[in-house]
Amino acid sequence: MKDHRPKNLDLATIHMPIAAITSILHRITGVMLFVAVGFLIWALRMSLESRQGFDQTVAIMTHPLAKLITWGILSLVVYHLFAGIKHLVMDAGFAETKEGGPMAAKITLGLSIFVIIMMGVWVW
Amino acid sequence: MVRSVTNFSRNGLSDWLVQRVSAVLLALYTLFMVGVFLANPDLGYDEWQQLFSLFWVKLFTLATLLALVGHSWVGMWTVATDYLKNTWVRFFFLSVIAVTAFVYLVTGVTAVWGV
Repeated sequence: MKDHRPKNLDLATIHMPIAAITSILHRITGVMLFVAVGFLIWALRMSLESRQGFDQTVAIMTHPLAKLITWGILSLVVYHLFAGIKHLVMDAGFAETKEGGPMAAKITLGLSIFVIIMMGVWVW
Repeated sequence: MVRSVTNFSRNGLSDWLVQRVSAVLLALYTLFMVGVFLANPDLGYDEWQQLFSLFWVKLFTLATLLALVGHSWVGMWTVATDYLKNTWVRFFFLSVIAVTAFVYLVTGVTAVWGV
């Protein structure tokens, strides 16, 4: 092994590339969705059980705190969906270049932020 | 040949395919639900029940629930094998995932079946 290889141990200059950030976010949102989907299935069950159950579900979901949770779950869905579509696009062989990868990551993040804000407007 | 006994299908290619086919189904169901809520801002119990009384909606829901089980299993397996290096910790974690996914499936199927 050569002794004169350049070293960069300055942690302030080392950061994850944007494509890696979209990738880890895809994982994190995926794990969180596994928990979140339990609430959605529970809401589906309760809302279909009876008229009373439906009214109860509506009452819970229109509570201010629950709206925040609903928006949170919607945000997870939106991001995971867009990052997933990026995955499929890249599976098909697109955006695999040095320029294309970060570009696809930026589009994914930008679109997600926009739609997540729209979802917030929708919920409130 | 190295064979991994821990992933469900024991085959990386079929895991890869399950992940993608189930993803498309989950995406379609998500768009369907968003469409339903956008088209009916004042959705009531009668319309909601009527929707799920349709056979194709039941079929779509059941297929999506199965896709959810497959998708979350492959995803959680991938994450667990990356970060949980201790075999017993990973086994415990994935057991919890499997039981939870099973509960989701049964809860979801029985929720729409009698409607």
